[in-house]
Amino acid sequence: MSTTRKRVYGYLAEFKSASALYKAAEKVRDAGFRKWDCHSPYPIHGLDGAMGLKRSILPFFVFFGGCTGLATGFFLAYITQVRIYPTVVQAKPANIFTVPAFFPPMFELTILFSGFTVLFGLLALMKLPRLNHPLFASRQFHRTTDDAFFIAIEARDPKFSPDGTRSLLEEIGGSNIELIEEED
Amino acid sequence: MSTASETNTTGDAPKLPVLKREKLILNGRSYHWITERICGVLENRQPFLWWLLFLPSALIAAIGVGGGLFHLVSTGVGVWGNTNRVMWGWPIVNFVFWIGIGHAGTLISAILFLTRQNWRTSINRAAEAMTIFAVMCAGIFPAFHVGRVWMAWFLAPIPNANGIWQNFKSPLLWDVFAVSTYFTISLIFWYLGMVPDLATIRDRCKPGLRKLLYGIFSLGWRGGNRQWSHYEMAYLLLAALSTPLVLSVHSVVSFDFATSVVPGWHTTIFPPYFVAGAIFGGFAMVLTIMIPARFIYGLQDLITMKHIDNMAKIILLTGTIVGYAYLMELFVAFYSGAKFEMEAFKYRITGPYSWAYFCMMFCNVIAPQIFWFKSMRENLWVVMGVSMLVNIGMWFERFVIIVTTLARMWLPGDWKYYNPSGQDQLLFVGTIGMFLTLFLLFLRFLPCINIAEVKWTLPESDPHHDDHEDHPDEGTAVEAAYQKELHSPAPATADT
Repeated sequence: MSTTRKRVYGYLAEFKSASALYKAAEKVRDAGFRKWDCHSPYPIHGLDGAMGLKRSILPFFVFFGGCTGLATGFFLAYITQVRIYPTVVQAKPANIFTVPAFFPPMFELTILFSGFTVLFGLLALMKLPRLNHPLFASRQFHRTTDDAFFIAIEARDPKFSPDGTRSLLEEIGGSNIELIEEED
Repeated sequence: MSTASETNTTGDAPKLPVLKREKLILNGRSYHWITERICGVLENRQPFLWWLLFLPSALIAAIGVGGGLFHLVSTGVGVWGNTNRVMWGWPIVNFVFWIGIGHAGTLISAILFLTRQNWRTSINRAAEAMTIFAVMCAGIFPAFHVGRVWMAWFLAPIPNANGIWQNFKSPLLWDVFAVSTYFTISLIFWYLGMVPDLATIRDRCKPGLRKLLYGIFSLGWRGGNRQWSHYEMAYLLLAALSTPLVLSVHSVVSFDFATSVVPGWHTTIFPPYFVAGAIFGGFAMVLTIMIPARFIYGLQDLITMKHIDNMAKIILLTGTIVGYAYLMELFVAFYSGAKFEMEAFKYRITGPYSWAYFCMMFCNVIAPQIFWFKSMRENLWVVMGVSMLVNIGMWFERFVIIVTTLARMWLPGDWKYYNPSGQDQLLFVGTIGMFLTLFLLFLRFLPCINIAEVKWTLPESDPHHDDHEDHPDEGTAVEAAYQKELHSPAPATADT
């Protein structure tokens, strides 16, 4: 029989409402924690500010994704229609001045590439897909997708201390405080 | 109903009460109730009515699409009723019809999201599913209309064996780009929107195959705000990308017609007219499938009469726009002095296809006008009936545009009456079966209402809800000075 060693992942505390979660998040932020997160069944607007998070960087990537799509659309049409295989149908010329006829594919590819950038950029930023996580071992965490509000503070955080963090969570109104462990 | 009369005159600045918003979720349901009810749709045994609808739909899909396409491919496109002149008959009518159905889904998801219309949350999931399935039905027709379907890859922008490239100046190639992009983006939008709800189902499952599958598709979602923050931005971006996309897709479809020189098609009104028609037909289809689903699964507290009322109003608006477009086409044909254009319209109205024209006019222009009356918008039988009529009418619109124009071009020798063949009819009915089958499977396996977003519309979801509770006089606004001048002689008070 092998013994599994356990490592502390962090504390999980439940809050009774979105408002309580919001106020508690402000206090955790002000206490200087970095490795922590608020879990809720739906996105709570304004919680980014309460947690001290910056605006998502996703649009930055999507801009370049869209530009790539636009360029792909243009060069695909231009190179094939003007350089490689100039097709003259209904007397429409084959040169750079036919570019308005290429606008629909250019537009569609801009949207398509942007959409893919949204999808894959989002997954990268969320660090998903990830099929297991220490929080899934919790006895109550499954309620986060139903009707519960949680704050999880990780042990990786330099401010974390087994007693101090627990009492902080109690102080700011957390209940059902649970120590989450993961297998090492 | 006394609102303006309850002005607060105690302070210096008089205050006007703000009109109360109608509730989007009725009967004060809790988060847990919402989860239970929506997940219950797919966790409980399906009602008998589901089987009653599913089995015939699946059978029709198998015979119509499966059998119809088998016969078509093994024999040749000659089994369709297309002729030398009407080389685009039912296949393209059906293609444009199904693509149009999809538009309401994207409209509800994207445009109503950008304009912060929170009532969309109860219906957007089903409408997006409708989009995906409708575009799948639509795709069948052009793919098989090319004749040799195994050559359909010629549509993709890659050179064929002879080094020949596609003609990028052709609206038909634009169509390929538009429709395939539309399908892909709609699929991403639908799937990403569903990830948190799939996680909800995963967390309710007992360990087993179901939990594994929902677990894989929910990607390990944990509902952390660091995830929500990016997720919300992604959703906003997709909405912003889909909004011009949905308007472009039906515009590009209309270019298939408008860039030709054929009388009756060569009109600049086509793009906006097609887009309005698509939204019109799409909303009718949302109502056609959501009113029964709401009844069967008891979703009345989530999809309220307000939602239905709003959709009926959109049908009224877009139906009127479509009616305006029909009349404007006639006016332009008359006013431009284009002889052939006028002849084409005369033929539409008085020729052998006039029955289709008047059917279209009745279903699309006259029938929705009943929604001017509130009592009619509140009668589900009327709403359902009008939605069905609009579905039929929008099909006839495409039939009228395509067939009556192609049936009589310039050579009198070709002026033969167009009849669809049995194969045409079989395949179209088959796609209706396929659409219903896919939709019923969606109801069975996926959350049909956006759980996370519906929860978000509850008043207690506002992080400042408790603060508002502490200040019970919220909801009053200081009256602007110019408003006081408007009713300078003391307003007649009706204290009843």
